[in-house]
Amino acid sequence: MTLSIAIRQQLGPFSLDVALETGPGVTALFGRSGSGKTSLVNLVAGLSRPDQGRIVLDERTLVDTERSIFVPAGKRRIGYVFQEGRLFPHLSVRSNLLYGRWLTPQARRWGGLDEVVDLLGIGALMARMPRDLSGGEKQRVAIGRALLSSPDCLLMDEPLAALDRERKAEILPFIERLRDAKRLPIVYVSHSVEEVARLADTVALIEAGRVAAIGPVGEVFARLDAIGEWEAGAVLEATVLAQDPEAGVTRLDHPAGSLVVPSIDAPIGKRLRIRIRARDVTLAVGEPGRLSVRNRLRAEIVSIGEGRGQNVGIRLSVGGEPMLARVTRDAVRDLELVPGLAVIALVKAVALDGI
Amino acid sequence: MNGFLSPEEWTAIGLSLKVSSVATLVSLPVGIAMAMLLARGRFFGRTLLDGLVHLPLVMPPVVTGYLLLLAFGRKGPLGAFFEHTFGLVFAFRWTGAALACGVMGFPLMVRAIRLSIESIDHKLEQAASTLGAGRALVFLTVTLPLALPGILAGVVLSFARALGEFGATITFVSNIPGQTQTMPSAIYALIQTPDGDAAALRLTGISIAISLAALVLSEFLARRVTRGGAA
Repeated sequence: MTLSIAIRQQLGPFSLDVALETGPGVTALFGRSGSGKTSLVNLVAGLSRPDQGRIVLDERTLVDTERSIFVPAGKRRIGYVFQEGRLFPHLSVRSNLLYGRWLTPQARRWGGLDEVVDLLGIGALMARMPRDLSGGEKQRVAIGRALLSSPDCLLMDEPLAALDRERKAEILPFIERLRDAKRLPIVYVSHSVEEVARLADTVALIEAGRVAAIGPVGEVFARLDAIGEWEAGAVLEATVLAQDPEAGVTRLDHPAGSLVVPSIDAPIGKRLRIRIRARDVTLAVGEPGRLSVRNRLRAEIVSIGEGRGQNVGIRLSVGGEPMLARVTRDAVRDLELVPGLAVIALVKAVALDGI
Repeated sequence: MNGFLSPEEWTAIGLSLKVSSVATLVSLPVGIAMAMLLARGRFFGRTLLDGLVHLPLVMPPVVTGYLLLLAFGRKGPLGAFFEHTFGLVFAFRWTGAALACGVMGFPLMVRAIRLSIESIDHKLEQAASTLGAGRALVFLTVTLPLALPGILAGVVLSFARALGEFGATITFVSNIPGQTQTMPSAIYALIQTPDGDAAALRLTGISIAISLAALVLSEFLARRVTRGGAA
């Protein structure tokens, strides 16, 4: 299922001019607030009209200004999870969940109420009214309500932005399960590097109403110019190898070597993502001696950034995946780092917290 | 009970209740539509329409009554139209009293409903549309239930206004016992009569009782609606 967008819209002094195509899985629209991400998903949902352009979901043309096609929101079969939940205050949780389902013809329904309720863990809330729910609960109900309308595509606009850290940690696994369990394309709007690194397959970087970069999450996040020197880094996929509760760590397996990270609550064999910021990576030429640094990945230098100032970004390849290290120009000269050189990338386990 | 009030007084009370109920119920759908139009519509002449709706609130009731007589009297353009098309006569009938009461209560009703529609978060209606609801369904399942407290308030205000309506009614349909003599007109007539004081007082008391009962009922309903979540 592909969503292809090519639109232009003028909103006062702000202009949105976007062309992009999403694949299966999660496509993140990533960018700072005010960059036009929400305006873009509103156009996809049918809550606003573009001045010019086309939006096509698979074979279905939703908008085509040239052919004067505009499918109203109610007929698009696109689920939308809003930042503020927007549950109907006069309906119980159960009625909220069933609202979209009730409007969906029997033949087009997928996923039962029980299944969605289980997936989101909201069984105990069914009889409650929205105002008696916590922020995290509201958001899970909102996700369930959107899913039960059996959409062909799901839009999520900063669904976690209004929540504190614990509530986020409570909901992220549900969205991950959704991504893995359903083959539903999801467009996920966020300005959080952590969320996007954890959830997205493809990232479209939105800047001032334009797509500044688009590609697999590992590639976009390894670009210093795309997300800034401070946050740039690698997103690696690894498998849980073992849990060591005594030491408080989880051991992960990656083709380039094993990784030790602070305890992650996940079963053995589960695939998960680890984000390694460029600034947390140390490079060693030759086997280092006894070090407190737990993570050593075999890497090869792909290129050394030009850049001015005392720091340079070094692109590495670890088991075929891109990785980024940020070191001083002085170190590059001293260690005689050149493209093609095999190095060891060292990352402190404590730096891998928080994903 | 029958001994307490004379048959004429009972007739006036019954007529008042009938006229006020019909006036309120018939104007309710029109009032909701008008409130929706004024709250959500973006069209040329909206301010003018808003002013027209409010006119009966600020004009002297006698003027409203006289205008109704000109328009809906048997020889008036609208009166003739209704008589020929639906066989509906307003002049000097209880239907005319209901029309006068409905017109006088209309601005209050529209105002209350409009305020509550304006306070509804439009984003909830957007959410309903992304879940597959068309415009009519969004209105019926989200807008209308959320506006319910305002609709109740509008109904009570309009009903109370109808119950007390005097000037426009007496100008338009006169003061015919059993036909157009509502409680206020009956009280007025009794005060003009030498021995009418006691009867006038009895009707006054009943007026107050009915108004209070309507107020209490609306409070009760509003509270139930609020508990249901539509606050």
